[in-house]
Amino acid sequence: MTATRIARRELSRLRPLDVLRVGSLGLRARRVRTILTAVGIAIGISAMVAVLGITASEDAQVQAELDALGPNLLEVIEGDSITGDDILFPVEAAGMIERIGPIRFAAQVAPVPASVRRTEFIPTGQTGGIAVLAADTDLLAPVGATISEGTFLNDSSTALPHVVLGSVAADRLGVRSLDNRPVVFLTDTYFDVVGILDPIALAPDLDRSAFIGATIAAELFDADLSPTSIYVEAADGRVDDIRPLIGPTIRPHAPDEVVVTRPSDAIEAREVTSDSFRSLLLGLGAVALLVGGVGIANVMVISVLERQGEIGVRRALGATRRHIRLQFVVEAALLSLLGGLAGVALGAGITVAYANREQSVVAIPIEALALGVGAALGIGALAGLYPAARAARLDPAEAVRPN
Amino acid sequence: MNDSRVTPVLRLDGVEKSYPGSPPVHALAGVDLEIRTGELVAIVGPSGSGKSTMLNMMGALDRPTAGSVWVEGRNLSTLSDRRVSSLRGRRIGFVFQQFHLIGGISCVDNVATGLLYQGVLGRGRKAAAIEMLERVGLGHRLSNKPNQLSGGERQRVAIARALLGDPAIVLADEPTGNLDSRTSTEIIDLMHELHEQGSTIVVITHDRELAASMPRTVALLDGRVEHDSALATR
Repeated sequence: MTATRIARRELSRLRPLDVLRVGSLGLRARRVRTILTAVGIAIGISAMVAVLGITASEDAQVQAELDALGPNLLEVIEGDSITGDDILFPVEAAGMIERIGPIRFAAQVAPVPASVRRTEFIPTGQTGGIAVLAADTDLLAPVGATISEGTFLNDSSTALPHVVLGSVAADRLGVRSLDNRPVVFLTDTYFDVVGILDPIALAPDLDRSAFIGATIAAELFDADLSPTSIYVEAADGRVDDIRPLIGPTIRPHAPDEVVVTRPSDAIEAREVTSDSFRSLLLGLGAVALLVGGVGIANVMVISVLERQGEIGVRRALGATRRHIRLQFVVEAALLSLLGGLAGVALGAGITVAYANREQSVVAIPIEALALGVGAALGIGALAGLYPAARAARLDPAEAVRPN
Repeated sequence: MNDSRVTPVLRLDGVEKSYPGSPPVHALAGVDLEIRTGELVAIVGPSGSGKSTMLNMMGALDRPTAGSVWVEGRNLSTLSDRRVSSLRGRRIGFVFQQFHLIGGISCVDNVATGLLYQGVLGRGRKAAAIEMLERVGLGHRLSNKPNQLSGGERQRVAIARALLGDPAIVLADEPTGNLDSRTSTEIIDLMHELHEQGSTIVVITHDRELAASMPRTVALLDGRVEHDSALATR
């Protein structure tokens, strides 16, 4: 007798939808175990998504700050002199720099030898660390400062006893609004507070200052008006052209004694430090993911041992080794996917909460979400390979044997 | 030879099976057996006589060390594992002593698993499963899960699963081994009933009384056929 062939249509098969059904069966039947196992993956994925989301939000925030302030600001300050003498910039320094060329604004501040107190009854020593500066009337534009309340100094008020307070200075002097026409006491004269500034991100030093006009500064306090800081806003894309010309312009005999900095560099530097931090957290997330994957493999191995009877019956009902392998790989992948989805949701939630607390922009990159789900799926499938191979290798006669 | 009345459903031809070890165990030492369509056969024997190995051979769950197993004229030793699995799924139904129902899914889904690997659509599987459950008297237990059923009911579910897809032969391994005597009688009655409806059934048991109620009895001893009632009367 010759072997009768088995027709192709008689071969065992498992429809794709049934693969999913069979693969999710073990998860549905053991819910607590499913949840506990998925937690590992969820932690790893949420850590990674949160890190990516938070750094993306921070980047977006920094970008927003840079966009708002412009990357074109340069701050000119005194360097070290070779002789050790004080460096005095010319009184007309800002005007000299403006003549270099493609510059939008240049404004300077000069120290005034005056103290500032709330009233004459406060002891002279208690100045709260507030510096009095003689400011150009166009100071606000280059440093990107905005007025919180009132006005800044203008050409008609430089000779008047008017003062504008930086945000920290106003706070320390207890001036919270311009209602009731507040005054402050500069050395021996009361000045009207005419304006309060918002915090200035690019030049935080100015937050702790009180600004008065140059004319009255020279008149009342004998200020020499030689600037200590000059703020220059270059035209778009011309910062690098202008930067080397500033020193020779205002101090031709010793240009090296002029230091020109770019405050936006400091904001960008903040990002660089957060970069290494991000790598560290991503690494931790990856480790959690790895541990989660090992956990899945572990639970799947146990599951295969427990379900020998089921595996045997499926083989008896026509399942091929491939069908059994598929079932357990899909089960592990689904288990991990479950954790991945929870992790992505959790990570996004953490990002939003963090951004809210920092009052920053929320930016969650879609790639981070896709990466999270994809990574979970991949790790699950990988973790399922070995247990699935063990299940497929089981001898059907062995598997159905009473034990 | 290809006439179904002549070709046996199942034929064992000098089947030997030994398991490695020192000394090796010869579970089957040359068994010849033919089972024809519509038969109800009991295979009996004391523990260690080779009954379980016999079931593994007949059900294509394992391959013989020597000799050959034929299912409806197909020699299993010439078939790949995939083809043997397919043949097992389509042509052989199994009933186990421990029922081996899948936990966490309903009776209908358990029975429907009998058609799962034949590519039948979910709805068709379910309809067939409901019909079969009604046939074994469990029409009122469709959506119950195995752990909500009595032992006898579980075995009925397993029998329904084995019958689904109209197999050429049903192999039952100690089907009453885990049941009390009253339930056992019910299951045996069900076997007789199914036999009368045309199913080919082989029951493996160590219960001589159960075996005595069957039209044909094959007694095993030390891996050989000690007595075959069909041959004795032939």
